[in-house]
Amino acid sequence: MSQDDARPDEVATALRQILPADCVLAREEELRPYECDGLSVFRQRPMLVVLPRTEEEVRQILMTCRRMSVPVVARGAGTGLSGGSTPHAAGVLLSLARLNQILELDPVARIARLQPGVRNLKVSEAAAPHGLYYAPDPSSQIACSIGGNVAENSGGVHCLKYGLTVHNVLGVRGFTMEGELIELGGRAPDHSGLDLLALAIGSEGLLMVVTEVIVKLIPRPQLARVVMASFSDVCDAGNAVANIIAAGIIPAGLEMMDRKATAAVEPFVKAGYDLSAEAILLAESDGTPEEVAEQIAAIEDVVREAGATALVCSNSESERLRFWSGRKNAFPAAGRVSPDYYCMDGTIPRKNLGPMLKAIEDMEKRYSLRCMNVFHAGDGNLHPLILFDANTPGEWERADKFGAEILELCVRLGGTITGEHGVGIEKINSMCVQFSAAERALFFAVKSAFDPQGLLNPGKAIPTLARCAEYGKMHVHAGALPHADIPRF
Amino acid sequence: MDITSHATLNELRERVRTAHANRKPLRLRGSGTKDFYGEDPPDQPEPEVLDLRPYTGIVDYEPSELFITARCGTPLKEIEAALAQHHQFLAFEPPTFDGDPTIGGVIAAGLSGPRRMYAGAARDFVLGATLLDSQGEILRFGGQVMKNVAGFDVSRLLCGSLGILGVMTEVSLKVLPKPRVEQTIRFAMPAQQAVEAFNRWSGQPLPISGAGWWNGVARVRLSGSASAVRAARDRMGGDLVNYSMADEWWTSLRNHTHPLFRNDTVWRLSVPDTTPPLDLPDEPLIDWGGALRWYATDAPDVRRIASSVRGSALCWRGTPPAGGRFHPLQPAVAVLHRRLKERFDPHGIFNPGRMIAGL
Repeated sequence: MSQDDARPDEVATALRQILPADCVLAREEELRPYECDGLSVFRQRPMLVVLPRTEEEVRQILMTCRRMSVPVVARGAGTGLSGGSTPHAAGVLLSLARLNQILELDPVARIARLQPGVRNLKVSEAAAPHGLYYAPDPSSQIACSIGGNVAENSGGVHCLKYGLTVHNVLGVRGFTMEGELIELGGRAPDHSGLDLLALAIGSEGLLMVVTEVIVKLIPRPQLARVVMASFSDVCDAGNAVANIIAAGIIPAGLEMMDRKATAAVEPFVKAGYDLSAEAILLAESDGTPEEVAEQIAAIEDVVREAGATALVCSNSESERLRFWSGRKNAFPAAGRVSPDYYCMDGTIPRKNLGPMLKAIEDMEKRYSLRCMNVFHAGDGNLHPLILFDANTPGEWERADKFGAEILELCVRLGGTITGEHGVGIEKINSMCVQFSAAERALFFAVKSAFDPQGLLNPGKAIPTLARCAEYGKMHVHAGALPHADIPRF
Repeated sequence: MDITSHATLNELRERVRTAHANRKPLRLRGSGTKDFYGEDPPDQPEPEVLDLRPYTGIVDYEPSELFITARCGTPLKEIEAALAQHHQFLAFEPPTFDGDPTIGGVIAAGLSGPRRMYAGAARDFVLGATLLDSQGEILRFGGQVMKNVAGFDVSRLLCGSLGILGVMTEVSLKVLPKPRVEQTIRFAMPAQQAVEAFNRWSGQPLPISGAGWWNGVARVRLSGSASAVRAARDRMGGDLVNYSMADEWWTSLRNHTHPLFRNDTVWRLSVPDTTPPLDLPDEPLIDWGGALRWYATDAPDVRRIASSVRGSALCWRGTPPAGGRFHPLQPAVAVLHRRLKERFDPHGIFNPGRMIAGL
């Protein structure tokens, strides 16, 4: 038996000493379901999977892996879209799915204390009897876990008004790779020292393993209504978005879909979208009935002024949900019209929405692939869905390059390569475009402060110098890579 | 970048490089409105001051993109005036301490005013920052867009870091439209009842933007559309406070012009907002809907009492106790602080000892 074969057995034996037998998976057929997360083009079988049931078991696992120098990749529900929890071939995949209890829900203090495996939607369901909810609502909220949301700093369709995960999490508790229990943030609003909570949120499992999350619950608005506007030109729709904000309105949600996206979802969900429109805009207002009436009237004025060709406002909760159903089902719809799709996540200043869409149109021709576009327009967060067929040779490679080009353009237009899905393994090369060598070195320095041995989710989120050098060589778009000395944001 | 700013930035870089090479500490300073804030390491020679006011100016402001980017030395007044022209503001209401702070100082201190629990804290509005590191390099984190999860959130880490990690030369902040209407209502009630009421109201969809208590009177600020404020007043009752008195009250909390702050010793307790009145002999000034409690007290066990309710106590003014001015960190968290400091600032040139002794 070679040393490589001996290793998994050795690690499995050590882990079985601290965990019951059913908490350690080692057989090939048991490992297969963990090969990938929501980004299935990247697959890797882990050496082992562990399924702890308690915080103490998590600590023991980390201590054991540290002692044996085994990489650890934490995983929540596995819905992530950037390959952030793609397993490590020689590592342990740490599933937090069994830590799925709501430990406390205090309606007076308006907080919930959760284990990381609690599903996002379950929090709002549990808070609903008290007239409260948890604001961040990623499209995957039925399935995604709160621990995963913390790792990715997840967003949703209501971020513009209610913020991202980082604005709605009060504290986390968990372990460093050294097995030290740390509590960052907490029930009180302010804390001594550096804001390590902000650093931990969105750290993609590179800094610590979270075992408890305290979230803020907010009162559910009395009423929500959504305006649906049609535009014959995507640039007009983009301008309408900017004008709504300029008019001093912060809608609860502000979403845009292009014609290809509405055409794909409409037969599927029958949301009532205007299929003759080049783009449709969904603008939601929530609050008291008086407030909503006022804001809806203001939104309608702005949208009409911006050249909307048609305008409908939801008149009931079921109609509101129907208007949203198309947007929320855009990803599954893409999966229906194409064997595979590749979802991008760049963010750009809102004013550049129009030029960005035109550029994507041009890329569709060059790469001979279709792309449908859905946006969190209010915060400039784009989700172009590149349609391809993985079984057709060369299509995935073209889709990959198409995506990378979109991300480079996002950076050049003053934005970022990822608004809410994270870098993971997917966008690691694009990090070379957004950050200089010195900036990436600082990220590694932060990583080493928390995890000196580099065992937590290695190879994700931050590219090494060597990797960027290689990417630069194979991927030079004439003049596309920005100079280090000009401001890139 | 204009020529003057470019030259100023180069000068700052040179000063930092020299300090790093000679291992000579720098005290980063804007207008000095918060000179009193933080630890004051006694047994060290007074470090050389790095005056950041010359690196000034709004770099970019686009009202419809809801952000502003400014150099660290830009006076807060200049930023607020630019925003006011477009009916926008910094919703975290940074305290001015009756002076004219720079935006760099505002973010490095990371303090927030009465709107903090309702609109968010300073750190919630940070979109991006530029860091002049100990090598004199310029590093950029975050950006000008609302959603950005590429890389660790270093810009938010810098907020409230008291300059111990480097010089934040530029910052981008989210701005918001000013509420159309603001009204303050008052209720005569004891502290316990006020805290209970604040929490009850916070659990309802009401447009609250401030809730404080002092000397038997609770005051609640409502902000939003005229109709929303009217509906909330109908529901909550209370007496309307006239505009100038309301403004004076919220300003006294935000800028510390309230008489309580004239005391020699002032403690700042950050606690869960539902915490009942604490076991201290003096009456607090309550802000943040119960989550921030100011005490002018010499009571010896303030820190223990704060810990017992899962809060923290900061010795705001006066001689700090043996544990230091800030509430002590959990040991494992203190280790992370030390390691981060070593990595950001290996020669310890940036504001040594300002946050934690020895860092």
